[in-house]
Amino acid sequence: MQTYYSDLLVIGAGLAGERVAVEAAQEGFDVICLSIVPARRSHSSAAQGGMQAALGNCAKGEGDNVDVHFGDTVRGSDWGCDQEVARLFADAAPIEMRRLAHWGVPWNRVVPGKSFYFKGGEKFEKEEKEEKRGLITARSFGGTAKWRTCYTSDGTGHAVMCTMDNRCAELGINVFDRKEAISLIHDGDKCTGAVVRCLRTGELEVYLSKATSICTGGFGRIYKATTNAVICDGGGHIIAHDTGVVPIGNPEAIQFHPTGIVPTDILVTEGCRGDGGTLLDVNEERFMNIYEPEKAELASRDVVSRWMTHHMREGKGVKSAYGEHLWLDIRHLGDKHISTKLREVDEICHHFLGVDPRTQLIPVRPTQHYTMAGVRTNKDGAVYGLKGLFSAGEAACWDMHGFNRLGGNSLAETVVAGGIIGTKIVEFLKGYETDFKTAVVAEAVRKEQDRIEKLRSGANGKENVYKVREEMQDALMEGCFVFRNDAGLNKCIETLQGTLDKARKVGLVSDGLGANHELAAALKIEGQVKLGLCIAKAALERTESRGSHNREDYTARDDKNWLNRTLAYWREGADMPELQYEEATPGYEIPPGDRGYGGGSIIEADKAEIEAKMFKK
Amino acid sequence: MSRQLEFDIFRYNPQDKGSVPHMQTFVLDETENMTLFIALNRLREEQDPGLIFDFCCRAGICGACAMVVNGKPRLACQTKTVDLPERITLLPLPVYQLIGDLSVDTGSWFREMYQTTESWIHTNKTFDPNALEERMENEVAEQIYELERCIECGCCVAACGTARLRDDFLGAASLNRVARFVVDPRDQRTDRDYFEIIGNDEGIFGCMGLLGCEDVCPKSLPLQNQLGFLRRKMGITAIKEIFRK
Ligand SMILES: Cc1cc2nc3c(=O)[nH]c(=O)nc-3n(C[C@H](O)[C@H](O)[C@H](O)COP(=O)(O)OP(=O)(O)OC[C@H]3O[C@@H](n4cnc5c(N)ncnc54)[C@H](O)[C@@H]3O)c2cc1C
Ligand code: SF4
Ligand code: SF4
Ligand code: FES
Repeated sequence: MQTYYSDLLVIGAGLAGERVAVEAAQEGFDVICLSIVPARRSHSSAAQGGMQAALGNCAKGEGDNVDVHFGDTVRGSDWGCDQEVARLFADAAPIEMRRLAHWGVPWNRVVPGKSFYFKGGEKFEKEEKEEKRGLITARSFGGTAKWRTCYTSDGTGHAVMCTMDNRCAELGINVFDRKEAISLIHDGDKCTGAVVRCLRTGELEVYLSKATSICTGGFGRIYKATTNAVICDGGGHIIAHDTGVVPIGNPEAIQFHPTGIVPTDILVTEGCRGDGGTLLDVNEERFMNIYEPEKAELASRDVVSRWMTHHMREGKGVKSAYGEHLWLDIRHLGDKHISTKLREVDEICHHFLGVDPRTQLIPVRPTQHYTMAGVRTNKDGAVYGLKGLFSAGEAACWDMHGFNRLGGNSLAETVVAGGIIGTKIVEFLKGYETDFKTAVVAEAVRKEQDRIEKLRSGANGKENVYKVREEMQDALMEGCFVFRNDAGLNKCIETLQGTLDKARKVGLVSDGLGANHELAAALKIEGQVKLGLCIAKAALERTESRGSHNREDYTARDDKNWLNRTLAYWREGADMPELQYEEATPGYEIPPGDRGYGGGSIIEADKAEIEAKMFKK
Repeated sequence: MSRQLEFDIFRYNPQDKGSVPHMQTFVLDETENMTLFIALNRLREEQDPGLIFDFCCRAGICGACAMVVNGKPRLACQTKTVDLPERITLLPLPVYQLIGDLSVDTGSWFREMYQTTESWIHTNKTFDPNALEERMENEVAEQIYELERCIECGCCVAACGTARLRDDFLGAASLNRVARFVVDPRDQRTDRDYFEIIGNDEGIFGCMGLLGCEDVCPKSLPLQNQLGFLRRKMGITAIKEIFRK
């Protein structure tokens, strides 16, 4: 068996993983990065919108600063975030964007002079100043007070990912692709690496390290409808959770987006609705104006997703071979607008649907979009429960997003958190010595070999992994999607318990040799169902509506009882998660208030208690 | 509307000692808005879980799913079955090492290319966290981005006659990569430095200019222009080199 040693093992080579790796390599540490796909194919490269940092260079960003960005982030999180972390983030973001410019990102820059922009289908004028010429510019994004979203044309994630991966190549970091971590090597106390399946040969390999960092992105793929890449399947969360000592933070916090196209759930931009697009039902009638007379289609992401789901439940959805959906109508915007302002939407319709949005309707449905839930870390990125284990990016619950992520904040989080946590890992590595216990390593490998052997031989049973996966995805779509209520969640839990039982009885149909996909799916199915159960159980317990977590039977945000974070543990041999709670934030710079979008009432927290926890500046 | 589609798919698993390369036929009912992403996943989930192929973003932005579809290298995820005849032949990309069935190792190929072309900004400036960013004209930024749009799918290399004949040929994607740094004012390399990398038959002088590459690039990169641009630039550098000696 191949064994590799390094100071730092980074599992995941998206933006977060590579940023962490760069920080440690710059300090002279030996780093290995693993990824299921070549690093540049990581999901980070799919982000087109941009990343937030309060540079305040462009006209509509004037007066922006890190305090305003901090405030937007806290409000966006619906007061579920750790304010210390949000502060670290907002303060470091501008520096990190400039650093990226230094490394090679071709940010769009300020062009002095007058120009037009659109808002809600209306045309406005702005003027950029000569003195700002050539500095990094920004565009507008939902939920922010100022234009703060740095971008490179329509490919921000792609461009930043290229630059980061180039930086890794320059530093000589070993980035190994087609390697999938399938378990952590640990003794219940500290982590010393991972057991990895090579996706070229199917062989198992051992990676030993002083520090390990999980940067595996989100787990949208446990839902049937998701905007996420097919590799965003929770592998990193599962191996951490499986240790029994690492909790998943806020599993109930999952973000949904109103307009994924059917069947493949590729995202079409909010801009469609922003510019005047409408949503239609099976009778080709508008409905958002009935539910939200004022804002209609322009209500926030979660609100629109909710009404769409509601409307489909009322029997107004369009039936298709891929399940029910609704229509997005942008025909009335006209050829000129569609071929210039919504070019990307036009291309998606053409490439994936064969639809001309000038004359035809676009099939859409709400989809899972972002995982605020994640491997719980402290503000240094150190994972609860295991020494030497860290996590960053979408995989982590570092918790600057709380219960709702602000658009543009997650891509920025990958590099900002990657930098900060990378520095903390360097501090950890300096002077740290560890010993690799051969018995622990051998046992970890044996366990995986045994698991694979049983799946291949069908010793556990003959359940089909793809059918089990479908059952899990359906249960989550049904009971744990944009709407949650007591009856639905209970039913979802009941179904998933049955699914868990089946997941434990999966047997392969194929031989499982080489780069076999069925085996990869089978190795993680039990962990995925467990993640699903964590979401459902945490959502059932949380009897309030906060951010993306929306209870039909508890519509108020309840700061009196629920200003906290869920920690879901899965103890060895258990059949259900164990939930614990901790305070959302160690203190407040901004006391809980109105989040400024989506409406809803608030049950207020005890004023004196909050007052006592205000940060003294 | 439903057609019955017939897929002829290349099968070979190098990790299975009993496996021999062959074509296998699958039959599938076409559904509305079906793409090869949907079709292949259905084949794997319903008919043969041993089928090996790659998808990642399934949205035409990551480059994972390139394969030869009815004779032409293209992205499977953005290929709709309605645009194809009832008989669909799928082969893995040539040039790259085969992993199994339709999956090839583009990752190793491109990593090697980063090292050969030294695919990063070469500068002696250090980053100052307290200073403003260095200014750049927006036009220049957009020009760089135009060349950085490559998703490393490998289609251009697979379609290139020279690359198929000689495995040391850098290929259009690599030459385009060099061009990206040539136009970037932050990179302090000189034409002579670039000449060291691409001024030979493995590089720009090996290209026969037949442009199979640009025709198949799913991102419509201006490969033809870039190859011409570099050939002129390197030609001039070559002449200067001769006179230096
Ligand atoms: C369609 C879409 C558009 C978006 N647009 C924006 C936007 O405009 N702005 C914004 O701020 N955010 C956006 N987001 C969110 C943002 O893109 C992600 O949150 C962010 O890129 C996550 O980066 P990451 O580095 O944490 O993970 P990823 O980029 O997802 O990388 C994960 C890495 O882990 C690897 N990996 C996974 N499992 C394993 C395993 N078991 N073993 C080894 N390796 C593994 C993968 O191969 C990959 O390299 C968007 C998301 C989507 C879905
Ligand atoms: S133009 Fe050059 S790089 Fe492109 S296909 Fe022809 S030989 Fe290959
Ligand atoms: S240049 Fe075009 S065809 Fe070639 S690898 Fe890049 S995106 Fe693919
Ligand atoms: S799967 Fe990403 S381009 Fe096709």
